[in-house]
Amino acid sequence: MSVTTDEVRRIAKLARIAEPTARLEALTQELNGILDWVEQLGEVDVEGVEPMTTPVVTPLPMREDAITDGNVRDKVLKNAPNADAGFFVVPKSVE
Amino acid sequence: MSDVLSLSLAEALEGLKNKDFSARELAETHVKAAEAINPALNCFTVIDGDRAIEMASASDARIAKGEAGLLEGAPLAIKDLYAVQGVNTEACSNILKGFKPEYESTVTQKLWDQGAVFLGKTNMDEFAMGSSNETSAHGPVINPWRKTGSDENLVPGGSSGGAASALAAGVSYGSTGTDTGGSIRQPAAFTGLVGVKPTYGRCSRWGIVAFASSLDHPGPFAKTVKDSAILTQAMSGYDPKDSTSYPGEVPNWIEAVGQSVKGLRIGVPKEYSVDGMPEDIAKLWAQGVDWLKAAGCEIVDVSLPMTKYALPAYYIIAPAEASSNLARYDGMRYGVRVEGEDLADTYEKTRAAGFGAEVQRRVLMGTYVLSAGYYDAYYVRALKVRRKILEDFNNAFTQVDALLTPTTPSAAFGIGAKANASPLEMYLNDIFTVTANIAGVPAMSVPAGLDKDGLPLGLQIITKALDEATMFKVGAALEDAAGFTAKPQAWWA
Amino acid sequence: MTATDTGYIIHGMKGDWEVVMGLEVHAQVQSQAKLFSGAATAFGADPNTQVSLVDAAMPGMLPVINKECVAQAVRTGLGLNAQINPHSRFDRKNYFYPDLPQGYQISQFSDPIVGEGEIECEREDGSRFVVGIERLHLEQDAGKSIHDLDPNATYVDLNRSGVALMEIVSKPHIRTPDEASAYVAKLRAILRYLGTCGGDMEKGQLRADVNVSVCPVGGYAKFRETGDFKHLGTRCEIKNVNSLRFIRQAIEYEANRQVEIIEEGGKIDQETRLFDAGTGVTRSMRSKEDAHDYRYFPDPDLLPLILEEDFIAAIKASLPELPDEKRKRFVEELGLTDYDASVLVSDKDRADYFEAVLEGRDAKLAANWVNNELFGRLNKEGLSITQSPINPQQLGKIVELISKEVISGKIAKDLFEIVWEEGGDPEAIVEDRGMKQVTDTGAIEAVVDQLIADNPDQAAKVKDKPKTMGWFVGQVMKAMQGKANPQAVNDILTKKLLD
Ligand SMILES: [Mg+2]
Ligand SMILES: [Zn+2]
Repeated sequence: MSVTTDEVRRIAKLARIAEPTARLEALTQELNGILDWVEQLGEVDVEGVEPMTTPVVTPLPMREDAITDGNVRDKVLKNAPNADAGFFVVPKSVE
Repeated sequence: MSDVLSLSLAEALEGLKNKDFSARELAETHVKAAEAINPALNCFTVIDGDRAIEMASASDARIAKGEAGLLEGAPLAIKDLYAVQGVNTEACSNILKGFKPEYESTVTQKLWDQGAVFLGKTNMDEFAMGSSNETSAHGPVINPWRKTGSDENLVPGGSSGGAASALAAGVSYGSTGTDTGGSIRQPAAFTGLVGVKPTYGRCSRWGIVAFASSLDHPGPFAKTVKDSAILTQAMSGYDPKDSTSYPGEVPNWIEAVGQSVKGLRIGVPKEYSVDGMPEDIAKLWAQGVDWLKAAGCEIVDVSLPMTKYALPAYYIIAPAEASSNLARYDGMRYGVRVEGEDLADTYEKTRAAGFGAEVQRRVLMGTYVLSAGYYDAYYVRALKVRRKILEDFNNAFTQVDALLTPTTPSAAFGIGAKANASPLEMYLNDIFTVTANIAGVPAMSVPAGLDKDGLPLGLQIITKALDEATMFKVGAALEDAAGFTAKPQAWWA
Repeated sequence: MTATDTGYIIHGMKGDWEVVMGLEVHAQVQSQAKLFSGAATAFGADPNTQVSLVDAAMPGMLPVINKECVAQAVRTGLGLNAQINPHSRFDRKNYFYPDLPQGYQISQFSDPIVGEGEIECEREDGSRFVVGIERLHLEQDAGKSIHDLDPNATYVDLNRSGVALMEIVSKPHIRTPDEASAYVAKLRAILRYLGTCGGDMEKGQLRADVNVSVCPVGGYAKFRETGDFKHLGTRCEIKNVNSLRFIRQAIEYEANRQVEIIEEGGKIDQETRLFDAGTGVTRSMRSKEDAHDYRYFPDPDLLPLILEEDFIAAIKASLPELPDEKRKRFVEELGLTDYDASVLVSDKDRADYFEAVLEGRDAKLAANWVNNELFGRLNKEGLSITQSPINPQQLGKIVELISKEVISGKIAKDLFEIVWEEGGDPEAIVEDRGMKQVTDTGAIEAVVDQLIADNPDQAAKVKDKPKTMGWFVGQVMKAMQGKANPQAVNDILTKKLLD
């Protein structure tokens, strides 16, 4: 498989990265270089193999249902590019 | 006082205990040295002299009261990926410029709890994506090592290049790094240091900027194997805030250093003999085998047939996870926002301006392999290959106690030397290290010799999951046999 | 069940159409803390005060799951007669929105915690229908975007970010707008009985996404026969409809809109739509170019969720009585009619109230007073049962006073009014205000005798026209301020006027 410049444009949109207009051709080539190379995974017989999502084999730890956090609004908003009245302020986003 | 800079961590701790010098004196010397080398090496992004002196004074008070912790009074350098409360933590990315976390990573907290002194944040590849430390928003890090008779600047390796350079230049007694595909071991090999990547889950990831969650391993750089055991010991332990943290006890690894390796079975995997491997590296590897044989180990030829697929699998899994992990950098709650015409435009401009080229490339790659129609062909297949790689290791460890391989396929190269190469060529730097990240097993690089140009080379030891003790044992035996004492010339002074 | 049974058919210009619906209900899990952080879940706090650094997706923050939320999902699954999956896992659903701090929602995509189940629902006319449950999964809620605080900006409050939700997905087994609202009502009742969700739609604790499609009459039967969705037509999803009335309205509008398009030769686009409660119409929410590709993949920060048998068994053993079981018991053990029992159990608060009124008292009488008198009055005032000025102990006493014949049914209504308006102990009120029923036949006889003596002509008429005796009953009651025992009055009048 390989990608076209249109597909790279679509992926960039999906990833919310402004279209890399100047580098579109080069980027497409780079991605295709990587995709061609990973293509070799097709040689491996993976019939019946369970996908491995993590190296961890211990069970998922669970916490008790207790309020142990929150009430740190200052910390939450401290690094905000824009905040007002206890809210994050972001560009208008009505759907 | 500047001679204290040449001490190992263990020696410095001993000196502090014996009151040969105070923690404050150490801190002052280190801060001064850090400030002196930084214009040339660019290894620190933050040098926090005030905090270092303050913490060191507190250490002196504890030493006086006989309450010294494991690392009491030792100045350490922290990779910029670790959140240090109130200190710029930017993952060396423009998108996080000025970000000061209101929290402390679990691992750095453990270090401070043991009395370590915060010296500064170290430069790195942006979001830990790179193998040469040339993708940082703060510019490339320079390796203190140079080829004999050359004044060409070399890369320190990456992504934890600043951590490696600072320590190799003798500024700090240890550095923290993170290793997702080799980002501790490869720079350790390039700078003549010991680099450790413990078992996945030994060191908490809480408070460390995520690159690829299932592959990210915090770990230390150290001058000696013993120092590396001390640091790994201090950094490890169960963290209820990290669901992937290993819940078992941390064994005493410091004790393992120096124990006999007699009778241990050492595996030499034939797949690590790759085409085009420099002769110096092949020779050093053979030398390492001989050293261990001489120390009483039994050498066994083993096969890890899936080895060649580890790197391609990695370049699907890591970008996939990264594309999602980096979605939070959107300019809404922290970091830099570039205002656009509307919300979508703001997102796109913020992320285009905030992320560098390599990060964008990997985010796009990851977005692609997870997207509709490609998920099974790329991502799921890579996860299946991942399990087969793990099975390779499991098989091998039924026959041997540890594996010995080269750490890198080359020595350090020139800054910009691969600027015009394809991304792939850079990726191949991690060909020997990435397998241990895929499987989550512990691995370390030990400096073992110099190549014909006088640059350091490392050998890698890999053991089975949770068996760091054997890794440290074998590492110390190699260190002993190699007697590696070379230091870079202080050309920057 | 065929469309004709349910009677909901859209008669188009070119033919008859039936409507098929499936619902996705998001139910907020009742828990103290959030699904993956220790911040509180309570409603109505100041903005961003119930937010941890994890909920704000600060760099390096990691999720740790709340055990109670897992237990609540299992509890709910058992209450929906559903398969509990001992092996499930969490996936990331990736999309960008300012109230989604991580840039992904942690959800369950390929392996949900609960699989197929079913629930029985009641239509308005009392008939029942079964809706299949496709799955239930756990996921995080997003924060809240507020668009009207500033004309040029959106304000974001992350208090809700990370609160646990159960997404309950039905099969497309719903055929009319009324059935859709009956399904949500029943689901809500079950969740409230289980204590797994507060069910308050106004507070956003329960939100419904409605999938609507239309097909020519007969399509649904073919779908049920074959399981092939192609018989159902293309569906549109109406997002976040937040009341039962709006659900009905949205479906009616949407189904008619689809029929119109198809009959005009158009094609239905599979899309997400929003219901505008003000205008009663649905409108498209996202343009097609922006079609989402969520790139689900297993969350590497979490491990598979493996449920031990003991864990499930302990929850099973502690399940409360659910509405269907309660209804059966009310009918079989208390002798209530199916209708009365259904009405009582339809809402947990009502059932709880009824059982507190009951306390060993006459069940039919208690049911009548709760369903008719109390609810009649509550509805008139627009109050919910939890706002009732009369508590179950008070109503229970009133019922008891009636069954012990201390007061008549008529006086009981006066007493009810007094307690409603003024409060107080019904027994004491009856005592203090002399409302006790007179069963003393002597006193009644004296009144009757006086009346006959005063109205001889009227008395004589009763022999020819027995129905006119009613006039005497009324007069006796009037004279005795309604406190005479009606049976005794009747008996005495019959004896004196007819014998
Ligand atoms: Mg949905
Ligand atoms: Zn959902």
